[in-house]
Amino acid sequence: MKRRLLLLIPLVLFVVLVVFFYRGLSKDPAARDSALLAKDFPSFHLSTLSDPSQKRDRSLLEGQVTLVNVWGEWCPTCKQEMPQLLELADRGVRLVGVDYKDTRENGRQFLQEFGNPFEVSLFDPDGSLGFDLGVYGAPESFLVDADGVIRYHHTGYITPQDVESVILPEVKKWQQ
Amino acid sequence: MAAVMRGSASRVWSRFGVSIGLLLVSLLMSASVSAAIEVQDFQDPALASRYADLSSRLRCPKCQNESIAASNSPISADMRARVATLLREGESDKQIESAMVSRFGDYVLYDPKLETRTWLLWGLPFALVLIGGSVIAGFVIKRRRLAQRSLDDDERDRLASLVARHRAAGSEAGEDTTAAGAEAGAGKLRARPKGEN
Repeated sequence: MKRRLLLLIPLVLFVVLVVFFYRGLSKDPAARDSALLAKDFPSFHLSTLSDPSQKRDRSLLEGQVTLVNVWGEWCPTCKQEMPQLLELADRGVRLVGVDYKDTRENGRQFLQEFGNPFEVSLFDPDGSLGFDLGVYGAPESFLVDADGVIRYHHTGYITPQDVESVILPEVKKWQQ
Repeated sequence: MAAVMRGSASRVWSRFGVSIGLLLVSLLMSASVSAAIEVQDFQDPALASRYADLSSRLRCPKCQNESIAASNSPISADMRARVATLLREGESDKQIESAMVSRFGDYVLYDPKLETRTWLLWGLPFALVLIGGSVIAGFVIKRRRLAQRSLDDDERDRLASLVARHRAAGSEAGEDTTAAGAEAGAGKLRARPKGEN
């Protein structure tokens, strides 16, 4: 009887493997947490999109919960994301934009065309802040708490459903 | 006449040599172009080889499975540029790796770090080899012991009586009492004790 049970070991191992592989099939291979979660927002010294002479740094993100959105005129999904960002701004979320690897002219034109939900847009032409944030494709969004610590990372575009089901609850969670 | 012919032959040969030379040069150049998309000029060959090594060990975060050396995506270009800058600033390979991991996560390392979180990942292959090896060793030892065991008295008696019966049957049937026939019969019988368990 004992020997019979031993014969089951390969079958059990096989079933365990099947379960793991099956789970792997339904997982998004590109989804992974940011390395910066629970870390301070990286320091920066960048001019704003509207005014090249006005420099801003990390203190911009202290004092209240802010959603930092990395966008660019060259990025098609950023255009699809703008209505959701405008809605978030309407509902009282403070938004700061990072115009990533863009030209000032194109960035300004983009905001004119699609609306401007951002309190401030930082201008990051060579992608230095994006690099420190670990951004590998726009749009990406980072929720920063009142102490300037990154609390939530959204890769890719914020869908209309995400506004209600993900972003607003996260904002509320860190506002307390 | 002969001199003219020799001259033209040597010209053909030298032309052949030149074209082979050009071919080799172009092959070499294409190899260096495909290895790095933009040329990083290092004065120090040691830095250049560390650059090549690091950029093939770091994984492009945008891609599923491409090193930053092989990938054409903009983020890989940024990362290569940063690796080159940090190398020139004199940072160690470890420091450069951790600078990338702190921004893009463990994903960018093809070889994950060995730490408590990853001991299962690193240890499992060795554990499986050990388990498999000991199972096979167990089988082999058991087989060998069975094969080496000689017949006990009961088995020997049984064998003798079976051989005798076989001989009797053979002599009844005809002339099959040759040594070969007896041996074949004994061989068949000898296989039996092994199979019992």
